[in-house]
Amino acid sequence: MPTVSMTVNGKAVSADVEARTLLVHYIRDHIGLTGTHVGCDTSQCGACVVHVNGKSVKSCSTLAVQAEGADVATIEGLANGEELHPMQAAFKENHGLQCGFCTPGMVMSAVDLANNMKNLDEATIREQLDGNICRCTGYHNIVKSIKDGAERMGG
Amino acid sequence: MYGFDYHRPGSVADATSALGGADDGKYLAGGQTLLATMKQRLAAPSDLVDLGGIADLKGISVSGGTVTIGATTTHAEVAASADVQGAIPSLAALAGDIGDRQVRNAGTIGGSLANNDPAADYPAAILALGATVTTNKREIAADDFIKGLFETALEEDEIITSVSFPAPTSGAYMKFKQPASRFALVGVYVAKTADGVRVAVTGATSHAHRGPRLEAALNENFSASAVDGVEIPVDHMNVDIHAGAEYRANLVKVMAKRAVEACG
Ligand SMILES: Cc1cc2nc3c(=O)[nH]c(=O)nc-3n(C[C@H](O)[C@H](O)[C@H](O)COP(=O)(O)OP(=O)(O)OC[C@H]3O[C@@H](n4cnc5c(N)ncnc54)[C@H](O)[C@@H]3O)c2cc1C
Ligand code: FES
Ligand code: FES
Repeated sequence: MPTVSMTVNGKAVSADVEARTLLVHYIRDHIGLTGTHVGCDTSQCGACVVHVNGKSVKSCSTLAVQAEGADVATIEGLANGEELHPMQAAFKENHGLQCGFCTPGMVMSAVDLANNMKNLDEATIREQLDGNICRCTGYHNIVKSIKDGAERMGG
Repeated sequence: MYGFDYHRPGSVADATSALGGADDGKYLAGGQTLLATMKQRLAAPSDLVDLGGIADLKGISVSGGTVTIGATTTHAEVAASADVQGAIPSLAALAGDIGDRQVRNAGTIGGSLANNDPAADYPAAILALGATVTTNKREIAADDFIKGLFETALEEDEIITSVSFPAPTSGAYMKFKQPASRFALVGVYVAKTADGVRVAVTGATSHAHRGPRLEAALNENFSASAVDGVEIPVDHMNVDIHAGAEYRANLVKVMAKRAVEACG
């Protein structure tokens, strides 16, 4: 079995896994960070979005071995101790979640968006959020949260 | 997904020898198509040879009006490239409209072309722009590359290394998206090139193809109204729950008109 090593939320991690292990299972089952969710397992829903070297990807459609040596960020790495990340705070204050299942992926996609695109308007947010599905369909407040969060992040 | 042996070669030569040493190996690029196929057990390769560690396959360069894109360059990188935006804005826009943001961050131009999905966007781009697909063995003209449903001119162990696009005078790609998958229900790419007008259609039939009737009409009169008089044959149109043959044939005309108008 290959030994797969990477940095997750700033910490060096390593595990012996089968080559077919998906990144999401590596993160959840081997590293024990269960904030990243599996909604569909078919690249549709975005509940599994994490950042690999600063870019948002679907961890259900990435092999752990493909992320060997990479810098990975998950939802658990955003907050600074008790202090929420500005995007998390914006989701909380704008009621950007209902059941919360899609939220880790939504927030990780939103942080990638805010980091890489400036002056986000509503149409751009909706378009760039194509890969994230909310089964509770609370899109209105999710979009509001992302606009607010991006502004708090300085965009 | 069944188990497999994983290889991460650092060069094209090492990649072909890894595949040569495998029982039933496959190359892996972004994994956005292949991993889904393996999860469904529609593919069960004995070995995956990951092209992601080969530096030579990545990157974009422009020289003498030709844009060359390395095979493992992601859709997001093509969309964001100032070089592509400057030389062939319609190609940057096409890449920026593939799938969703996360698919674009992982999926590659080489993977998309090797896979040759009947509704994929890049096959239309290489046909309309008269691109050349370069492999570890040869150069293949776009018109010879696309062969059929998920079928290309690539041999079993052949690796796409880059794709070269001559910049057209102007061009535009219009896609009517299947809203759930964002693949093209029908997409039409129109380009004014040194060899006249080239038109490519994707999503409509078993594989992307040139539109000779549309090309003839537009070479005579480059205007949206010229498209009105063109008869689009319905016999070979794809039929599925999303659209029937007549509807798709009509969409070809509507997308062609929009593309002509966007060309200016
Ligand atoms: C949700 C979703 C939406 C999508 N929407 C669209 C869309 O709107 N339009 C669109 O065009 N596509 C779409 N796609 C497909 C996407 O563009 C994929 O990136 C692409 O089809 C495959 O590229 P890949 O790099 O992921 O290749 P992989 O999945 O890694 O490989 C695909 C195939 O190509 C072979 N291969 C890969 N690279 C090479 C190479 N350099 N030389 C030879 N063979 C190679 C592999 O062996 C495999 O057979 C979508 C995908 C998903 C999951
Ligand atoms: S679990 Fe990855 S996209 Fe749904
Ligand atoms: S809040 Fe329930 S799925 Fe989005």
